[in-house]
Amino acid sequence: MSIANYLYLSATLFTIGAIGVVVRRNAIVVFMCIELMLNAANLAFVTFARINGNLEGQVVAFFTMVVAACEVVVGLAIIVTIYRSRRSASVDDASLLKR
Amino acid sequence: MINLALSVGATKTPEAALFYFLAPLSVIAALGMLVVKKAVHSALLLAWVMISLAIFYIAQDALFLGIVQVVVYTGAVMMLFLFILMLVGVDSSDSLIENIKGQRAAAITAAIGISGLLLSLISRVTMVNDAIGLAGANQNGNVNGLAEQLFTKYVWAFEVVSALLITAALGAMVLAHSQKTKSKFAQRDLSIARFRKASLGEAAGLPGSGVYALHNAVDVPALLPTGKAAPTSISAVLEARGDMIDSKSFEMKSEKADE
Repeated sequence: MSIANYLYLSATLFTIGAIGVVVRRNAIVVFMCIELMLNAANLAFVTFARINGNLEGQVVAFFTMVVAACEVVVGLAIIVTIYRSRRSASVDDASLLKR
Repeated sequence: MINLALSVGATKTPEAALFYFLAPLSVIAALGMLVVKKAVHSALLLAWVMISLAIFYIAQDALFLGIVQVVVYTGAVMMLFLFILMLVGVDSSDSLIENIKGQRAAAITAAIGISGLLLSLISRVTMVNDAIGLAGANQNGNVNGLAEQLFTKYVWAFEVVSALLITAALGAMVLAHSQKTKSKFAQRDLSIARFRKASLGEAAGLPGSGVYALHNAVDVPALLPTGKAAPTSISAVLEARGDMIDSKSFEMKSEKADE
């Protein structure tokens, strides 16, 4: 098996996450799809670290994880705040500018 | 050690078997995330994808990242997701109606395009003749190697990330904080409001429901001294639903009627 298979898997997962971000309405599911995309990118980093034989890819993947954790904390806090004022976590309901 | 006459960056058989077993499963789980209706099911499928990615990391000599993936992602981040799901409502399922016409079709077309681009790019690129592998870099152990990078070359990024973490924690606290604009209406306030009313008729509270020898539940009104049912002694909801029992059925029958 070629190591490039990991890259194919990473690209596939990234694409699936991108579809989810566009298609799903529930803000929490949209967030989970963003997590999926970040994870797919991490897999590519780890694979490239192995191909190039140094640990820099792994370090970058580590930083990605930290940033993703921050993003989840702030994003979910925003979702909870929106939910508190609108009683809905659907991204379609936040359309005040349209109406 | 067996030399399998590796072609360009090929892996050994056990790893290939692991990959061919787990990769389809994780892709199926990721696709499932898109189609399942309930957010909780999406979260569980995502947890499965993350665990299989952790296994891939460990298979690729990234032991530390594999463990961190399980601890941070499947442990902390997914737990946070489930926690917020409980807060927002577990049964908050998605509406499957398209608000923008043709959005789903356009999204899927664009996704096929981008995946085609990415996959063809990966298949065309020439990798290094031989994947070097991490045996050299992991000489002193994966954790030691990572720490060496992290605290020498990337120490500035590391410090900045710590500032980011603190900012995120503060931001979440500010966003989640809610201030009450007025104090709660407590028993004392209710009592004061009763005595401020025009008449003191209800100052002692509303009358309780009727207590009879055969029935003493809340669905029977009490009797006024005049013998009529007291309308305030039972909940208006019960009356509207028709769950009220007429107190007449518990009236003492006169001796004459008995005879």
